[in-house]
Amino acid sequence: MFSTSPLSNPLIAWVNPNFLNTPTIVLMAVVLGLLAVVYVIGVLIQRQPESSLNPAVVKAFNSRVRAWWLMFLILTSAVLLGKTITVILFGGVSFWALREFITLTPTRQGDHRTLFWIFFLFTPLQYFLVGRGIEYYGLYSIAIPVYVYLFIAARIALAGDFKRFLERTAKIQAGMMICVYSLSYAPALLYLTFKNQDGSQWNGSPASVLFYFILIVQAGDVFQYIWSKWVGKRVIAPNINTSRTWEGFFGGTLSTTLLGTVLWGVTPFNHWQAAFMSLICSVMGFAGGMTMSAIKRDRGVKDYGTLVEGHAGILDRIDSLCFAAPVFFHLSRFIFSMNV
Amino acid sequence: MQITVEILSFLAKLLSGASARWVDCNPDTCQRVYFANHTSHLDALVIWSSLPADVRRLTRPVAAKDYWDKGAIRRHVAKSFNALLIDRKEIKVHRSPVDLMIQEAGDTSSLIVFPEGGRSTTGELGEFKSGLYHLGKKRPDWELVPVHIDNLNRVLPRGEFLPVPLLSCITFGPPIWLEKGESKADFLSRAREAIIRLKEI
Repeated sequence: MFSTSPLSNPLIAWVNPNFLNTPTIVLMAVVLGLLAVVYVIGVLIQRQPESSLNPAVVKAFNSRVRAWWLMFLILTSAVLLGKTITVILFGGVSFWALREFITLTPTRQGDHRTLFWIFFLFTPLQYFLVGRGIEYYGLYSIAIPVYVYLFIAARIALAGDFKRFLERTAKIQAGMMICVYSLSYAPALLYLTFKNQDGSQWNGSPASVLFYFILIVQAGDVFQYIWSKWVGKRVIAPNINTSRTWEGFFGGTLSTTLLGTVLWGVTPFNHWQAAFMSLICSVMGFAGGMTMSAIKRDRGVKDYGTLVEGHAGILDRIDSLCFAAPVFFHLSRFIFSMNV
Repeated sequence: MQITVEILSFLAKLLSGASARWVDCNPDTCQRVYFANHTSHLDALVIWSSLPADVRRLTRPVAAKDYWDKGAIRRHVAKSFNALLIDRKEIKVHRSPVDLMIQEAGDTSSLIVFPEGGRSTTGELGEFKSGLYHLGKKRPDWELVPVHIDNLNRVLPRGEFLPVPLLSCITFGPPIWLEKGESKADFLSRAREAIIRLKEI
């Protein structure tokens, strides 16, 4: 059942030095250190009874830190267990995010069977295709935008309810695009073969690129938030989100770009390329946050989790990742990989 | 029997993503009537599953005999949950459903009832049948707890058999009682309002 050489067993890919190489481990250690620092800060602030800080902000900060710990632990264990497990994990996250999205999106009874297939066939199928490897790029990159779209429209028509037809079709499709399609590009990074500046094969690990990507996008969120709180004056769109300002956007993007440039060593990029990729991540993360805020405003909720538990849902945590993932993947594939 | 109960409530919780909220009301083993809006086949199962284990043991869903007495599987499920089956078709004068409920509940059990009498198709809360009023009149010591079920009609609507795993929410509200001299119509509309109010919270 098991092959004699442990190196060829995908379940223990962590033994394989090509997948979990030194830069990846260093990056994980850095993240672990950072998380420990912010955790201690959070605990210290909470213990301070006469703090000048708003208790709601402290609470939000601590819940965010908890979410990061969870994200880090799950991601690390998934990466240690190999590509397939990581893909399955992201599939689960998509499933849950879609659940939150559709829960807050009004659908009619005529959409019921469409939704059934969306959840139980097309979401797993997208991740199945991603897990089959980069050879299936041609299929998984159009499966949801084209075929699932056609399916949704036809299936709703078949159900016989024409009320607000285009609106319902668009809503379900939007959920699929944001929660499933876009996010599935994050684990797809693991299947790219990166190249060095001179065109030879890069012998680093794609796991560190995935890690780098998630770290940069999350950092982008944090930096934009900090800059907004610190020097933010000009709110970008007060009707959509009152906490996002131009100062936050520019300051945050600048800080994220610097961080991404400093961490260039774990990627196949050089300094300038790393700066460019982090800039893109920060801008796309911002776009994701704004888009999801707009959807939430329209539905009259503050967080995707409020309906169910009173704290932010999974979709609030991954909105920036969803928007940044396809762009980061495509740039990586076209410019830095041997898979074109 | 026990296995059926465990598997079904696990599946129901997983599929409905139900979170239970207790608003001005706490789980208790005292005798209660949980009355809820009826939107889906899963309703009774999900309410029952969201109660704590010690309360669950004492709580019996009230269900329609014409539906749950058909076929071996339904009979088995009804029996596993210790459901109290009421005949909607043949209502006998000398043994009304309310008398049967009171007799079956004895001095320990609580009941889950759906005063609309059937599942609503629109998602709106329909008019209540008078059973709840008679229960409140004959057993004034029982707490009548309003329960609002949100979104479960989208998980498994009427006429569908495949569920869609959306997130639903069960809200338990503050108990009400029949006031002295309150008319049937007044009480029933007050009970109905009690459920509607939970929707806004």
